Amino acid sequence: MTVHNSLILPLVTFHDVGMVVSLLAIAAGLIWLFIRSLKGMEVDRRIIFLFIFAAVAAPLLFPFTFSEKATPVVKALFNKVESLPPGSHVLLSYDFDPAMAPEVQPMANAFTRHCLEKGHKVIYMCLFATGQGQFEETMRDVIAPEFPDKVDGVDYVNLGYKAGNEGVLNVIVTDFEKMFPTDVNTVPYDSIEVFKGIKSCKDLDLIISIGGGRPGIKEWVLFVGDQADVPIATGVAAVVAPQLYPYYPKQLLGLLGGIKGAAEYESELVRNYPRFKDSPTPGLKMMGPQTLAHMVIMSFIVIGNIIFFTQRRRERKS
Amino acid sequence: MKRQVPLFITFFVGTLLILSVFIPPMENLGENFTLFFDIIAVFAFFLGGGNLLRVHFKKLSKKKRDWQYSIVTICGFFFMLAAGLFKIGNPGDIASSVTAEGSLFQTIYTNMFVPLGSTMYALLGFFVASASYRAFRAKNREATILLIAAFIILLGRTPFGTMLTVWIPDSMSIAQIPNLAIWIMNSFNLAGQRAILIGIGLGVVSMSLRLILGVERTYLGDDSA
Amino acid sequence: MKKASWVIMALVTVVFVVSWIAKSSSYNGETDNYIAQGFLVTFAAFLTLSIMSFLYKDNPFYKFAEHLFVGISAAFWMCMGFWSTIVGNLIPRLSSSLSEWFKVPYIESDYNIAFYVPVVLGILLLMRLSSKRGWLSRWPLAFIVGTTAGLNFIRYLRSDFIKQISATLVPLVVDWQGVGHFFSTFSLSASGQFVAIVTNWVVFLGVFCGLIYFFFSKEHTGAFGRASRVGIWVLMITFGASFGYTVMGRISLLVGRITFLFKDWLEIIG
Repeated sequence: MTVHNSLILPLVTFHDVGMVVSLLAIAAGLIWLFIRSLKGMEVDRRIIFLFIFAAVAAPLLFPFTFSEKATPVVKALFNKVESLPPGSHVLLSYDFDPAMAPEVQPMANAFTRHCLEKGHKVIYMCLFATGQGQFEETMRDVIAPEFPDKVDGVDYVNLGYKAGNEGVLNVIVTDFEKMFPTDVNTVPYDSIEVFKGIKSCKDLDLIISIGGGRPGIKEWVLFVGDQADVPIATGVAAVVAPQLYPYYPKQLLGLLGGIKGAAEYESELVRNYPRFKDSPTPGLKMMGPQTLAHMVIMSFIVIGNIIFFTQRRRERKS
Repeated sequence: MKRQVPLFITFFVGTLLILSVFIPPMENLGENFTLFFDIIAVFAFFLGGGNLLRVHFKKLSKKKRDWQYSIVTICGFFFMLAAGLFKIGNPGDIASSVTAEGSLFQTIYTNMFVPLGSTMYALLGFFVASASYRAFRAKNREATILLIAAFIILLGRTPFGTMLTVWIPDSMSIAQIPNLAIWIMNSFNLAGQRAILIGIGLGVVSMSLRLILGVERTYLGDDSA
Repeated sequence: MKKASWVIMALVTVVFVVSWIAKSSSYNGETDNYIAQGFLVTFAAFLTLSIMSFLYKDNPFYKFAEHLFVGISAAFWMCMGFWSTIVGNLIPRLSSSLSEWFKVPYIESDYNIAFYVPVVLGILLLMRLSSKRGWLSRWPLAFIVGTTAGLNFIRYLRSDFIKQISATLVPLVVDWQGVGHFFSTFSLSASGQFVAIVTNWVVFLGVFCGLIYFFFSKEHTGAFGRASRVGIWVLMITFGASFGYTVMGRISLLVGRITFLFKDWLEIIG
């Protein structure tokens, strides 16, 4: 009996049981929903909501993670950051608000890790006022704990937010100091070491806009990338990612779309830098709930269509 | 004064900014005008705040439906405004960042603004699911095409899609769902989005020209205002 | 108020207080302000659940959270605009004494009397709040419209029209080394020659037919109508792809909020 337990227990854990039970519960629920709908009975919208909640909550409680392989659009950006010599100037623009943060904050953190690890000089700024608050999260979760030796003003600088959307870009494309006479802590532009040899966006080696709304990457492409001929890449919320494909690869060298893009970048980062193996990878963790929720939504579409065709056939017969 | 001056301002500023692209000595003037625009944008934020107060004070004084909630709006507004304008609790002096970690402004941002803003959008996840069940029907050929494309993308963006078609040999790798999803994004999606982009681009260009030349005047409203 | 409402209100208050106490004790030892920290996390969870309660039906908790959000966000943008742009860009160009007061570096070479123009226009914009002098706000509005039109005119023409047309004119036969080579190396590999050729055809014809669909000056009949029909199909695939991505995006946001509830509030996941 003891031998039997020692063989079984490590293989079947509470986590596995929980995962299987929750998957079975969701599957059973979907079958119930299908039968109920087939009978023509009304299904309350709150039941649908419950399914989505379960599909998201179950993989969070009993996580299952997958390994991700970077797609060409993601790989292009990763390779660009990788190929720049240490000391290159990379601008990260936080053009997002809390509503987009679950999708794009993991990207912002991954870019920060990658750039600082490579020894690039990182310039942070934002076209969304909320971006300044979101940068504090990167500061708290990434820069402070993982790069304590990096110095503000020497290895990175936070310029903060300026109002005016594309108006801001139209100025910095020719003159940084005019728009940002100081950084966010009112340190004058001239005394910030990161800006040595940098007059405008034209002197930057790479610009990455992280966002998903307006102003965002579109404005960066129109007002800076195409005008100053600076390499531009982006990490955006999934909703806007399809709209940016016409710019790839000529006007946009790389593109991370939604949490999948973040997961691919995190995975590539961990593969290349084992040091980050224990760093948080929210993108990869979110792929479990994402997968299950997608399956449930696809089941809804299938069930809805079966009901639709069944009813249509019945109506035609009658 | 009410119509001619604004029309002249639009014409003057618009023309100047276009010319500044072509004439390098005018670049500095173009930058200054853009900075003016940025500063006026902040006054627009003030206008938004002022208007919000006006609406809610009016609602409060007339005791309109749900007037009690206007108190919440007004209190929230002044609470955040005081925290931000006076930099209450900022670890540094007045020169430090308004969003410095530990300040009251950043604390309200993290613990009130973030949960409220992100949950508002998170609700859409539920409504998308509900719409998938109730409205996403293959009623005709176009809807069916849309459905199939959506299905491939939904599958292709999850590891489940990889698992389903991992057995397909490399010589036919386009049939693997993740590759098919990538291909759809790079071909059909790109073409469709580009057609839309060109259409919108032309629309913006023609509208800009109409505004600068004073043909389009609807933004001025009517004279009775 | 109905009795049921009182019961719900009392229940929520009890849960809130219990959560506050539990969270505070869990932070005890980690931080000096553990009571305040416990309150903040509990309040954030309360706001999250208040918004989520809308899924059941509209209710006072949702209305409270919604109204609070409106008030806070308006003030947030005002403060950010004031400190970043008014204090950061305007004051150092206009007044040395104000610069000193706000502790921002005053640069004499940057002094420019012209920067009174946006101040005047900004004040005129605020006239919008006045019913009698509201028309004065048209001047700054005209400035905003003129600037936007002037900035966008060239950029959209270059990036969204000329560059897009140029990117559409792609070679329709990729890496061609003869018929024999084409058939001997024929494969459906995602990175193969055949797929590359098909992709370029799809892009070229897709954009062309999509534009025809948007062209309403000619009746969509005959060959023109058929091309327009192909355009619709391309657009439908585009919208399908967008829908797929939208689902992904919305679910991610939901995952973010539920992670907050499970991790930061309930502490049931690591």
